[in-house]
Amino acid sequence: MRPSHVNAMRRTWLLVYVVALMLPIAWMALMSLRPNQDILGSFTWWPENFSLDNYRTIFTDASWYTGYLNSIQYTLLNMVLSLAVALPAAYAFSRYRFLGDNHLFFWLLTNRMAPAAVFLLPVFQLYQNVGLFDTPLAVALAHMLFNVPLAVWILEGFMSSVPRSIDETALIDGYRFPRFFLRVFLPLIRSGVGVAAFFCFMFSWVELLLARTLTSVNAKPIAVTMTRTVSASGLDWGLLTAAGTLTLIPGALVIWFVRKHIAKGFALGRV
Amino acid sequence: MAEIRLDGVRHRYGRSDDALKGIDLTWEDGGAYALLGPSGCGKTTMLNIISGLLTPTEGRILFDGVDVTGASTVERNIAQVFQFPVLYESMTVEQNMRFPLRNRGIDKREAQARAEEVAELLEIGHLLKERAKGLSADAKQLVSLSRALVRRDVSAILFDEPLTVIDPQKKWTLRQALKRVHSELNHTLVYVTHDQTEALTFADTVVVMDQGEVVQKGTPDELFERPAHTFVGNFIGSPGMNFIDCAVRGGVVGFGGVDLLRLPSSVSPDHEPGDVIGIRPDFVRCAPLDRSGPAGLEAEVGAVRDIGTAHLVELLVGDAGLVARIPPGEHVPSGRCTVLMDGDDVHFFRHGVRVEGSSSVVGTGGAR
Amino acid sequence: MSDPSKPHNNKAWFLVLPVVASVAFTAIIPLVIVVNYSVQDIFGPGNRVFVGGEWFRNILNDSSIRDSFWRTIRFSLQVLAIQIPLGIAIGLAMPKRGWRASMALVLMALPLLIPFNVVGTIWQIFARADIGLGGYVVNDLLGITYNYSQNPRDAWFTVLLMDTWHWTPLVALLVYAGLRSIPDAYYRAATIDGARRLAIFRYIELPRLRGVLTIAVLLRFMDSFMIYTEPFVLTGGGPGNTTNFLSISLTKIAIGQFDLGRAAAYSLVYFFFIQLFCFIFYTAMKRQEV
Repeated sequence: MRPSHVNAMRRTWLLVYVVALMLPIAWMALMSLRPNQDILGSFTWWPENFSLDNYRTIFTDASWYTGYLNSIQYTLLNMVLSLAVALPAAYAFSRYRFLGDNHLFFWLLTNRMAPAAVFLLPVFQLYQNVGLFDTPLAVALAHMLFNVPLAVWILEGFMSSVPRSIDETALIDGYRFPRFFLRVFLPLIRSGVGVAAFFCFMFSWVELLLARTLTSVNAKPIAVTMTRTVSASGLDWGLLTAAGTLTLIPGALVIWFVRKHIAKGFALGRV
Repeated sequence: MAEIRLDGVRHRYGRSDDALKGIDLTWEDGGAYALLGPSGCGKTTMLNIISGLLTPTEGRILFDGVDVTGASTVERNIAQVFQFPVLYESMTVEQNMRFPLRNRGIDKREAQARAEEVAELLEIGHLLKERAKGLSADAKQLVSLSRALVRRDVSAILFDEPLTVIDPQKKWTLRQALKRVHSELNHTLVYVTHDQTEALTFADTVVVMDQGEVVQKGTPDELFERPAHTFVGNFIGSPGMNFIDCAVRGGVVGFGGVDLLRLPSSVSPDHEPGDVIGIRPDFVRCAPLDRSGPAGLEAEVGAVRDIGTAHLVELLVGDAGLVARIPPGEHVPSGRCTVLMDGDDVHFFRHGVRVEGSSSVVGTGGAR
Repeated sequence: MSDPSKPHNNKAWFLVLPVVASVAFTAIIPLVIVVNYSVQDIFGPGNRVFVGGEWFRNILNDSSIRDSFWRTIRFSLQVLAIQIPLGIAIGLAMPKRGWRASMALVLMALPLLIPFNVVGTIWQIFARADIGLGGYVVNDLLGITYNYSQNPRDAWFTVLLMDTWHWTPLVALLVYAGLRSIPDAYYRAATIDGARRLAIFRYIELPRLRGVLTIAVLLRFMDSFMIYTEPFVLTGGGPGNTTNFLSISLTKIAIGQFDLGRAAAYSLVYFFFIQLFCFIFYTAMKRQEV
């Protein structure tokens, strides 16, 4: 039973914050609807002549839209690979004690914190030597550096909240382990899997440094397409902002789908 | 301390059915009450209305005759102990106990003295300097209770199923602590539970609720011996009361051809649908067949269960099933037997409500 | 994790093997390569000289790198000082349930899912005096001269503002989730005990937020310590060296100058500090759990 004016103040403060948060994004989106000359012409609060030309260029020019396809491709690939290796490991950490478990867990976590810049040089050489350079798989693998530890961490939290007696009961009931894991255990932690997948998606989607280093032509992500176009054609703001605006859409869609689970994932304090 | 009166209190959540259906009830000053009922019967709603966390849709709440319906929890000066221990985990036990006093501007020395006093009463003096976070569940619950007790002037202390998370062995200790608290401080206590043992051992007066209504208010003995409602008969006692269809003719209630009760003249003397008689398993007796007993109450003995403190015997009289509770040391029948009931132990229920004023028909069982 | 009742079973290693293999490929092998580089001077393929600890001495004595280090530390501390309290304030203001909660959640998570270089671009556009809303308002409406690409103070401020814009939602969402996990009974008990709003925050909410706040501090410190893309796009490290953070200066040496040995030694020193911070945090967290 809080006084209503306190509630009103809270709401106003939140509203102001959210508006401030959206302002730069909205500005970019507005700008993407204007031709480049118009942008450079003079400052206007609201675009005078709207046009979808920038978007038309992106959707028809293969050098643009393949960037999106590449990004989505390695992001999804990374998500699947990260979860595939993280699930059994998280299970091991949540259910058993074994030689060096704590050290291993800590070491994994430090990799989440490893600066990508440190790995630039060797990663470049390594992937070139094994013939993966400039493929989506290369970026997906490189992003496992920080996504696998993260996924293990999140999944371990969710798994530990499932009582161990469930495993024992299922195994006594005659379930083989793989069947138990897929049919019984996985459905129990599906929101955990959702949250882990979300964060894998997020961190892979936003990363640029490794993605840029590991690609040149064939697997070039959209973010890199943007930076290169900027330097080549002398700042086409209209095109740049349109491309930027489009990079928001996959993220926005993903958040919308997992919004119910996100709070829970965060609540575990494991991001 | 205060007398708490609910006056026509009705509550509804959103558009659903009434959670409380017009309740008039008085909690007397200094009484130890239990509020008993199955999950979802409205007892938590009632508690929240008393404490001021909920404002009822209709009706008034009076503390010592003063209308507090719109008053906040703080103004009502209520204390509450929750289902699971609620502690300020960053504080020590002592700081926890002083917190409610500190918020009310009571000076430190006095707060300290009261904390020590209450700690002694609850026998947690040795924990005063400990961090609240590291305590066991029962110790935590004692500390929660102690926060209610440091304020001497509380109107009432409400308990919302406080023993739910406590180990069975420790429940006894906590219940003892509660009784001690009540006899020394004489607060008005309201103890909500769905566990009849807790209710019956704790309270002087038990209020039984079902589906948003108070079905009976009485001492534990009254509830056991004269349940006002078939629900109470069923809910209290384990196993619950036996209910059997009966014959009603000319104001006399009979079963299996044997007359048991004479109805008072205030009720219709003819049979109505749903008329039943009820008898506690404790009062159902079995005798060997060859003993000359009244005809018609010959029973077939079904399953017998040993529950440690007694044997529960299933009996089939005609097509009516009964359970008898045979105390240890007494003969446990087998095969067939004669069932004996004393009219004084038999209650007549019409439309689910006990009919007051029935008298025993002499010469029924007679073998007590 | 450290539940002692768990059965001891070394076969569990088979389950962690895929993780170890994948991290070995993505972390250990590259690290070995870095160590190998760091003790050599590399002039070209097949033309390298073993120099021992020379590069490390060089790095540790390099005043511009040391400046970068302290600059980055300063940045990280400012980030924490701003974003943690701000994040708490926003988390507290968020509605607990209903469509408003979903809405706020989705909008606030949005900046977290924008590719880092796009974040840089957004702020570049927003803060420019000629075409940016922010830059225009400050310069022309408020009459304050502001130019992030020329004025060092403006540049620092803009990078800090951008990072706050980008990452405070993470702190806020963590706080929000932490708050949601506090049972109602705690608030009721506090009301009954007569606690005021500030006391509720201090004695109920804050202690229960400790876990998520530790994570928030850890993540924000580490990620701001490694910041690269956003300031690179916005300022390129300038003007001068104003926003030349460790990752930016490392990348300049590695890719710009292709000075492999020196960059490798730099990487290792950098990595060492990261590990050190991690260890300190991890130990502190473990102690807190006990």
